[in-house]
This record gives sequence, structure tokens and C-alpha cells, in this order.
Amino acid sequence: MIQIRELSVTLDGKEVLKDIDLDIRPRENFVILGRSGSGKTVLLRAISGLLVPDHGEVLIDGKNLLKASKAEELALRSKITMVFQGSALFDSLTVGENVGFFLSEHTILKRAQIQQRVKECLDLVGLKDVEALYPEQLSGGMQKRVAIARALSFQPQVLLYDEPTSGIDPITADLINDFIITFRRQLGVTTVVVTHDIESAYKIADRIALLFGGEIIFCGTKDALLATSDARVRQFIEGRHTGPILNWEV
Amino acid sequence: MQNSIVEFSGKLTVFTVTFLRALFLWKIRVREITLQLYYLITTTLPLISVISFFIGIIIGFQTAYQLKMFSSEVYIAPLVALSIVRELGPVLTAFVIAGRSGSSITAQIGSMKITQQLDALRVLAVDPLRYLGVPRFLALVIGVPILVMYADCLGVLGGALVGFFKLNVGLKLYFRMTFDSLGTKDIVISFLKALVFGSSIFIVSCFEGFAVHAGASGLARGVRDCVVKCFILIIIYDCILTGMFYFLR
Repeated sequence: MIQIRELSVTLDGKEVLKDIDLDIRPRENFVILGRSGSGKTVLLRAISGLLVPDHGEVLIDGKNLLKASKAEELALRSKITMVFQGSALFDSLTVGENVGFFLSEHTILKRAQIQQRVKECLDLVGLKDVEALYPEQLSGGMQKRVAIARALSFQPQVLLYDEPTSGIDPITADLINDFIITFRRQLGVTTVVVTHDIESAYKIADRIALLFGGEIIFCGTKDALLATSDARVRQFIEGRHTGPILNWEV
Repeated sequence: MQNSIVEFSGKLTVFTVTFLRALFLWKIRVREITLQLYYLITTTLPLISVISFFIGIIIGFQTAYQLKMFSSEVYIAPLVALSIVRELGPVLTAFVIAGRSGSSITAQIGSMKITQQLDALRVLAVDPLRYLGVPRFLALVIGVPILVMYADCLGVLGGALVGFFKLNVGLKLYFRMTFDSLGTKDIVISFLKALVFGSSIFIVSCFEGFAVHAGASGLARGVRDCVVKCFILIIIYDCILTGMFYFLR
């Protein structure tokens, strides 16, 4: 589904990602773990085509989003979408307009059909009667759910989540974890989640990758992660500040 | 200093070319243009009214002093009209719009960038420059000439009050002399300046908005730079256009 080949990214003179190679399979929940500043979000932005790498490429169903023609780009963009850390809802639009944005921009669906789809998507994330509200009138957790509803509105095949549980209460965080699992099962979406929340990763992941020093130092199942003898991985999953990873290292 | 001017000019040129490409691919959104036009006019009209009316009065008084010395009071009408229509109307209106609407465009786009809304647009296969820029551009190129014409009228009215109350020039005579003194060329100059200033305000404010980074301080810097650069560009373009029409006479 997603192939990452020799991906290198340098930002402000610092090599954030170094020759990353990764394959994300169809319909799997893939979690990328790492310390704050380790380049997790940069990797996610590269996958979503928001960032041009210095070297290497990201292929989605064999196609590179950055080299696609306008028509191909729209087709690829309707396959892959992203839920941002801060939700990134359009604050000048209502919740309904936010959720129906892609459909009103890129399809010839009638207003009533879009409204129906918006309602369905909001139902999927457990929200009702919020279509007329503006994002600023919602709590952080509700905004996150609206952002997920917006991402689901056009039935993408791949959903990228950037820190989906950060900044929200544990109950809503658990609810969002459940959504991620449910969407994979019910809608068959492939999910890539970037987080530093180990509990969340254990709950949702089929496979987990650990990013450190711009490289993937571990990639495997949850059981393999728990059984690993790599001291750096153990330090991270056990949440110890002492060990081979120094405080200032990411 | 020299390097930063060259760098800014280069980036602004590239941005302008990118925008022009986006302009031609734009899907017409009448509602969006109407909203932007409404916002532009309602937020700037009170300030433009006050400034242009009082500038008309000030120019009237300044002219009156000189004309009284030569007992040529009646010529206040053409002098005020030409100063306002050719120069002060377009420039002062552009300054107000740069300060009010230009800074607002930079702040809006900049805050959308900081909160990743621009990235969200890209992920949803929408070009932010086309989606956000084009309606604002069209609102400015339609709105600025309208506001300049309005400012010209109020400025002339301010001068007329000075002529009437201070120099005892009848209003009928004042307005007749105003219209007689204004040729098509003066109106064209005023309109052309309005178009150029409106486009410049858009390009600078939009460019600064997209260039915002590093949070709230970056946003504040972007807004400040937008206003300063707009003022400088307005004066430079005003000088070029005035010179151009002087030599084309």
C-alpha cells in the first residue's frame, strides 16, 4: 500500500530522517513511535506529500504523489488523508462545511447528498447536531472527532493520524483509539499513527516502528517489541530517563 | 540590506507568477468574492470617509492661503480636485486599505498556516493560494477603485466647504469648475493607480501571510512587514505612474 524508499529529509541543516525504508501493508494499523522531535511528524508529512524529501520517495499504490499530474494527484489525494495534531479545522467554516469540504470541492454531489454524508460521518465519530457550530465552539476532543469525520467523508483508503490522542482527556483518547480500530475493521482503511503514547500504540497497532536518531531502530509486532533486547527500545518502552538514550538525544 | 531587497523582490516576483497561474485555474465563487468585497468595504469605509473628507478641507485651506494672495480664490476648485483625484485620493485610500485589509489578509493566512489549516487544504487537494488568494485579489481589484472614487468625491466635497464658507465661492460654481478641470485622463490615472495599488496590497499581504512561521511572534512580524512593504510599494508605484503620465502628456 505505502512504500517508503531511502527517504532522507534535512531541515535547517539537521538530517531529521536518514534513508528510511518502510512498507506499510493494506488494512493494517501501523504505529510510528519516537521521542518528541525524533522526526515522526516529518515522516508523516513526507508520506502525505506535504514535504519534499531531499532523497528517496514515498509510493502510494506504486505512485509518487509529488510526481503525479493534477488528475493523478486528485485521485491519490482521495485515497490518502491526514488527521492533524491540532485538528486543523477551517475556523471560518461550520462543522458541517468542514466535514463536507472535500465533497463540495471535488464532487458533483448535491447539497442534500453532502449533508447526508456529513451526518453519517459525524455519527461514525459519535457526534450529533453539531453541523451548524463553528470549530471554536467545540472542545478539543470534539474538534479531533470532527477532523476524523472530515477525513472519513470521502472514504479514503489510508488515514494518517498525527498524535491523535495528545492534548485530550484519557476517556476521549481511549474513544479515539477505539475509532481507529473500528474504522480499520468496518471501513477497511489502512492506518498510520504517529504517537509517543505507548499505551495507545499497544492498543491499536498491528505493527510498531520506533524512530530514533532519524532511523527506524525497530519495526515489528507488539509482541516482538515487548520481547526485544535492544537497550534503546527497552528504555523507550519502559519510559526510563536513564539508559543508552541520553536526555538530549532524539 | 541590498541583498534582502533583491531577495524580497525575487521572491515576490516568483509568488506573483505562481499566483497568476492560480488565477487562471480558479473556479468562480461569487459568494466568496461578495463576502470579501463586503468585508473590505465595511471595514475601511468609515476611516476612508473621515480621512478623505478632512484631507479635502486641509487642502482647501492650504490652497486658500495662497490663492487669497493673488485674489484668485475661485481656482480653489480645480486645485483641490486635481490634488485629490490624481494623488491624495488613491494614495491615502491605498494606505488605509493596506493597514486595515492588507494586514488582515496576512494575519488570516498566517494564522491558518500556524494552525496547519493550509496543510489541511493541500491534503484535501485544494491549492491554498487559489482558494484563499483569488477571492481576496478580485475583491481588492474591484473594491479599491470603488473606494478611491468615493474618497475622491468626499475630498472634493471637503474642499467645496472651504471654498463656500471661507472664500465665498458658490457651490454651483465650485462644482462646475471642478468638473471642467477634471479630464478623462485624470480619472484614468486615479483608476489605474487604484488598480495597481490594490494588486500590490494583495500580492504583498498574501505573500507575507504564506511566509509566516514561528508562531505568534512570526505572525506579528508578518503583519508589520506587510504594512511597511505595502506603504513603500504604494509610494514607489505612485512615483512611477505619476512620472509615466507626466512624460506621456
